[in-house]
Amino acid sequence: MLSRTAENLYWLARYVERAEYLARTIDATLRVTALPAAYIGKTNEWDSALLTAGVAASFYQTYEEANEHNVVDYLSFSVDNPSSIRNCIEAARLNSRSVRTALTSEMWDTINSAWIELQAVWNKGTSTREDLAKFLRFVQETSLRFDGSAYRTMLRNDAYWFSRLGLHLERADNTARILDVKYHVLLPEEEHVGGPLDFYQWSSILRSVSALTAYHWVYRETLKPWLVADLLILNGTLPRSLASCYDNLVRNLDQIGVAYGRQGPAQRHARGIRNRLEHSNMNDIFQHGVHEFIQEFITDNSRLGEIITKQYLI
Amino acid sequence: MAVAFDEMNIPGGDLRPAYQELARWLKETPPEALEYRRQEAELLFRRIGITFAVYGDSESTERLIPFDVIPRIMSGKEWGVLEKGLKQRVKALNMFLRDVYHGRDILRAGIVPEDLIFQNPVFRPEMNGQQVPHDVYVHIAGIDIVRIDANDFIVLEDNARTPSGVSYMLENREIMMRLFPDLFARHRVAPVERYPDELLSALRSVAPLSASGEPTVALLTPGVYNSAYYEHSFLADKLGIELVEGRDLIVKNNEVFMRTTEGLKRVDVIYRRVDDDFLDPLTFRPDSALGVPGLMSAYAAGNITLANAVGTGIADDKAIYSYMPDIVKFYLGEEPVLKNVQTWRCREPKDLAYVLDHLNELVVKEVHGSGGYGMLIGPAATKATIEAFREKLKREPEGFIAQPTLALSTCPTCTASGLAPRHVDLRPFVLTGSKTTTIVPGGLTRVALKEGSLVVNSSQGGGTKDTWILDE
Repeated sequence: MLSRTAENLYWLARYVERAEYLARTIDATLRVTALPAAYIGKTNEWDSALLTAGVAASFYQTYEEANEHNVVDYLSFSVDNPSSIRNCIEAARLNSRSVRTALTSEMWDTINSAWIELQAVWNKGTSTREDLAKFLRFVQETSLRFDGSAYRTMLRNDAYWFSRLGLHLERADNTARILDVKYHVLLPEEEHVGGPLDFYQWSSILRSVSALTAYHWVYRETLKPWLVADLLILNGTLPRSLASCYDNLVRNLDQIGVAYGRQGPAQRHARGIRNRLEHSNMNDIFQHGVHEFIQEFITDNSRLGEIITKQYLI
Repeated sequence: MAVAFDEMNIPGGDLRPAYQELARWLKETPPEALEYRRQEAELLFRRIGITFAVYGDSESTERLIPFDVIPRIMSGKEWGVLEKGLKQRVKALNMFLRDVYHGRDILRAGIVPEDLIFQNPVFRPEMNGQQVPHDVYVHIAGIDIVRIDANDFIVLEDNARTPSGVSYMLENREIMMRLFPDLFARHRVAPVERYPDELLSALRSVAPLSASGEPTVALLTPGVYNSAYYEHSFLADKLGIELVEGRDLIVKNNEVFMRTTEGLKRVDVIYRRVDDDFLDPLTFRPDSALGVPGLMSAYAAGNITLANAVGTGIADDKAIYSYMPDIVKFYLGEEPVLKNVQTWRCREPKDLAYVLDHLNELVVKEVHGSGGYGMLIGPAATKATIEAFREKLKREPEGFIAQPTLALSTCPTCTASGLAPRHVDLRPFVLTGSKTTTIVPGGLTRVALKEGSLVVNSSQGGGTKDTWILDE
């Protein structure tokens, strides 16, 4: 397939995944901030939402203060924030338009309808919490529909695999960022571990990756930081864990390698990361430092993006 | 101006045979049901994203072309005449183009004046003596036809460069079949859906000799911001070929390749929807980023087929148009089946004098214009507009032709105040391959939605209709 087509598919999937992730982040943050102050301590949840989204620096160029109104607006609707939900959907739609021939009509319909609704209904942002909740649901449903229609209607060929690469790379990045920021914020206060404050913080992390119920099924325990980390980093059965994302990345890259009759640096690099995840346990990771481990992962993960781009997309 | 020919009703109250079933159906169908279907059609068009971009329109970059749910119907017999005339005309167009860029018999015979060719900006000296694969220049022609009475179809314009609209022909039919299955069950409508197959086999048939095995065909688009981008992606999809932009292609050793995830892949035939001027910055406009550097040398080396060929603009020029009947006679020795509109060539002093005297009854068009831009419709124009045009004409008479305002036929059309006659034209698409010329039965009917308006162009607010050729 055309390199440009593969590139567009790859980015299309990333944008949709990112939009959903932002919606989840906002949703989780709203939940925590709705709690009485005694449960959440002194941390500014809106600041940490900006940090996980990786847009804190650019935010403060426009705004003085990270509060609900400003952050929701910046993450959801701002035209100035290149990865706001609005811009993600718009970019996804533009990418879809230029690769329509590679999309199934169901996928196109999902993106195009979302884009139409974005303009028709959400053009002015949201004014009430209720409105915002509706908007966030709309974003998550768009992502679900898109993912579902891709899964159900696409031929299992390189077009599918490249779009999956984008999805899993983005997802791995998002999960890693959530963990990193939360650990960063929470760890200095280790004496509180296990208190009500932590409980709500950790449950908000799990909620933001839609894994709260999963946690209970897997561990049958109260929320514990190292188990949350274990779930999000090493547990291959959780679709958003780093391990699961890398199982998928390795598989999709292998499928491309087999179809093209050639393996390359992308396959080797992805396998390297997966092997490291496979041979780690939480003890080692804590010894090494969770923050350091995740930072290295984020770097490695974005390096994979660069290698894929060089090998296939340009 | 004569009374327009009504395609449905014979004066005196009778119906034309082709419309009888439709008329019966319309009588049974309440207006609300029609309106409901109209809205549903619009929703479908918007969701599928069948849009076109309007240049210079800041409000929205993509618009729907209004779609009218009442089909335009033609009998198989009428179509038979049209089909014969279209094939004849396109054959002559191809022979004319080959001649213009090679022997120039027609110029030496004094049929077409030399300066009309050589001083024409769309004439491409680069194509002089250049062999094009299989001698086909116009692989895809869109011929604009109007009907003025029960017997006569008249050619309004030959589009021999990159005619668009065929996606609307196909999508209009799809949507009609979805919304009006019962209406189809009552008619035998000749299908148009094989157009993409016919196009692909025509394109494959003209591959250069150096193509190995199954030729690779690609569609070259200027990109998502082009007004016809929807059509480009639609066609590439239906044909199962890559939709490429200039940046996806690269020329090496006079061969054209596309950049793929598996490395470079040779391309043999390009259905290009990019104008001559932008095809190759090394040959044409150096500032163009849409094209492919070196494409023209690959073309000259015979390693790529461009459809349509470079330089075909000379055949759809409005000044050349007036010579088409002579061109048909010259190459084929036959009388043209399809008539031309009477045309005054303002470059000829006698004609100019007539035109200047009759501006308020004529349509004056720029020789190189398209899309309904820059024309004067005398009967509908204000005095000031006419005077301004008079000055333009005097300044640059060779830039214009004039034609009588035709009474384009009308078809019943949904309007705010119910069904009403509106003027229509028709653009059938003629495909020429190495051995055969084919036309799917039908074409794109364009309709002027404003009462009395004769302007059917989408860029000027016109709409479209499904065109039914009855299989008898």
